[in-house]
Amino acid sequence: MKTFVYIDHFKGEVQPASWEALGVAKGFGSATAVIFGSGLDALTKTAFEFGADEVLIADDSALIDYRVEAFASTLSALASARTPDLILLPTTARTRELAAMTAIDLKTGVLVDLTSLSLNGDKLVATRPIYEGKLNETGVCSGKPIIATLRARAFPRPAQDKSRTGTATKVEAKTDSLTTVEGYEVAEQAVSVTDASVIVSGGRGVSNNPSLTPPAGMDEKQAEVWRAQQGFKLIGELAMMLGGAVGASRAAVDGGYIPYAHQVGQTGKVVAPDLYIACGISGAIQHIVGIRSAKLVVAVNKDAEAPIFKVARYGVVGDLFTFVPALTEAFKKKLGK
Amino acid sequence: MKIIACIKQVPDSEAKVKAENGQVSWGESPLVINPFDEYAVEGALQLKEANSGTVTALCIGPESAKEALKHALAMGSDEAVLVSDSTLTNLDTQGAARVLAAAINKIGGADIITFGRQTLDDGSGLTAAQTARVLGWPMLGLVGHITVEGGSAKVSRVIEEGRQIVSAKLPAVLSIVQSIGEPRYPSFMGIRKASKANIPVWSLNDLGISAPAAFVTRGELITPPSHEVVCEIIKGDSPEQIAETLADKILAEKVL
Repeated sequence: MKTFVYIDHFKGEVQPASWEALGVAKGFGSATAVIFGSGLDALTKTAFEFGADEVLIADDSALIDYRVEAFASTLSALASARTPDLILLPTTARTRELAAMTAIDLKTGVLVDLTSLSLNGDKLVATRPIYEGKLNETGVCSGKPIIATLRARAFPRPAQDKSRTGTATKVEAKTDSLTTVEGYEVAEQAVSVTDASVIVSGGRGVSNNPSLTPPAGMDEKQAEVWRAQQGFKLIGELAMMLGGAVGASRAAVDGGYIPYAHQVGQTGKVVAPDLYIACGISGAIQHIVGIRSAKLVVAVNKDAEAPIFKVARYGVVGDLFTFVPALTEAFKKKLGK
Repeated sequence: MKIIACIKQVPDSEAKVKAENGQVSWGESPLVINPFDEYAVEGALQLKEANSGTVTALCIGPESAKEALKHALAMGSDEAVLVSDSTLTNLDTQGAARVLAAAINKIGGADIITFGRQTLDDGSGLTAAQTARVLGWPMLGLVGHITVEGGSAKVSRVIEEGRQIVSAKLPAVLSIVQSIGEPRYPSFMGIRKASKANIPVWSLNDLGISAPAAFVTRGELITPPSHEVVCEIIKGDSPEQIAETLADKILAEKVL
């Protein structure tokens, strides 16, 4: 089987699930990495190291910013000319759009956000969660090529072999975009809860530290946000100690405690870390669904009846403001940092 | 300005969804407007208020999906159209996009089409971009803020890496996310108006198309393993002692 693997990146920063997709492709036969953008030498090198048999690059200054129409036209033209059996993409906001439009161009279908993909005879059978993860379905695509996006961390990442090299093949970029990128509003630091192996998350409880006195002149809402930000500092310190990312519940995001990008849960992001520590999160159904794929869940909450304890392996009933720093300190000692 | 908000009817988020005889069952739980699509309606109404115009809510579904359209009307939409056809039994996202595009053309086009980011049932999040591609219109995805000026839309997209400002000439297809603001509650007057509304139902024949072939088909439904775990509450004399014990337990699980 001949597979294209679309390497999704933002300004050269690769979505690591792209390499997981490359590993899946290798299991089925030949894997061709497809990379769009400008100045792609570093990405090409890494793609070979992760096992690409061939790397196709559309290197054009018009592709520096992701614009779905141009990217879809480039990918469609490439697939029409080289007829892969399968196009794999990591599931991201970008690739959902890209896969969607490419499928229209190529008159085929998309299997989205898969958690498994296997060959049954000569048929590819995909599994994906539906109804907010309450059910899984198997699905097949009768079109050709089959387009599939893979959920981050659902597939093993292939080993990186630094000695593996190759030369990229340049392909034509289609630059027919209908949109203009005017700029970036917030240069937030990278928040990659989707790819983190450890996530420490905060919820509404993070704002409930009565022992803190907010600076004078704040109204009630400002004081609440200020308190929450102090709480998130503690969470950030634990996350940093464990080399993880900071997550948040919808309540914390809606409360303005922390930007939307940190949100975990069905309305935000589905995550699959090895360790998930929920602090001051009661555990609304959407949040619990969002962390269903976490290997180990630990919950810290004042309320012993909080639903989050139903999905946690270990629980601590207590005040997160004293406990979280204590846990950071304990790990500092044990990890020798 | 003419705006069309595309919506879908889905089982409520609280529904206990399970597989029953190879079919998805949600018991007695009510069907509701897809919660993400309420943002599509909210965004459409904000556009109408800022630029004056009309909002038409559009839905594919069975006759019962009129209830979801009535919710959109009660929120303040001016008109609603349901596309319903007995031949639409196996519709994948690209098929839905082709049907929606035909319905949009029959409505007489629009300046802006809004969608939610994804549905709560299938959750693919593909239909907005596919509809844009079928129509040949620009796609502005995951929009949290919109301004319209001189026949162009300038939007702020909520992407994983932050916010991206993108503009496009109208007509365009937008998918709207939560940052647009909480969807308004239907007003009493709105509910009254919606309950009396006569919602036209269009068949594929009315749209001049036949049912699009599906490329993606469902095999079987699988109930995921239960995630009920027994939670061990860590106890101790002080936060330090509990932290010590918990850290040891986490390290023993070898997840770090």
